[in-house]
Amino acid sequence: MRTYTRPMAGWWRRNPFYLWYMLREASCVFITAYALILLWGLARLSQGKPQFEAWLASLASPVSIAFHAIALLLVLYHAWTWFKVMPRTMPFVRIGGWRVPDGFIVAFAFAGSIVLSGALLIAVWRL
Amino acid sequence: MAALKRSNKPVFWSLFGAGGMLSALIGPMLILITGIAMPLGMVNSGYERAAAFAQNGFGKLAILLVISLFLFHGVHRMYHCVHDFGIHVGPGLKAAFHGFAALGTLAAGWLLLSIGV
Repeated sequence: MRTYTRPMAGWWRRNPFYLWYMLREASCVFITAYALILLWGLARLSQGKPQFEAWLASLASPVSIAFHAIALLLVLYHAWTWFKVMPRTMPFVRIGGWRVPDGFIVAFAFAGSIVLSGALLIAVWRL
Repeated sequence: MAALKRSNKPVFWSLFGAGGMLSALIGPMLILITGIAMPLGMVNSGYERAAAFAQNGFGKLAILLVISLFLFHGVHRMYHCVHDFGIHVGPGLKAAFHGFAALGTLAAGWLLLSIGV
């Protein structure tokens, strides 16, 4: 017996809210691809200097730079949505009976991200 | 009545969550550094420097965590995306997605071991 299945085609194009949702979900394709690029770089690094330098040179191609630029924007959007729902995906945080407001948790996550990213940039720049 | 089977959901959700958190915290900066600044020569990206990082214990752990958690995060969301597009997903597809991330993790671990100290 076959039961009726409600058609779903194109549902996410009918409402801007769902379009933004799908755009956020698209970040997963870029995060996966980025991890594979790093894995490939690790393999080339294990093979030696010429191989690693060839990998790095391939990353300088316009296609690669465009890919990373799009990935950067989508992952930024992912981070924004991730931090925004954080208070709803974790248990209430209480300090001495005082419940930390949602806005504090979001602000703390943003600040943490900025501090960690800044530290990473300084480490790469200076060391 | 058959015994209730313990769900494997918490395991994959935790890996998805860890990858989501890591990519939200440092993902944009990592992409900017390795995908744009390094290839365009804006920062020192010599082979010796990269090799030294991959030979260092902390560096090995950092590389493994980024590759593995980003993969587990990505495949988990893709698996749910397939459902969003109206395709019914079964355990086979789930195993394929998460198996892919597990293989990537094994490959990264093996490469890091082969690079040595």
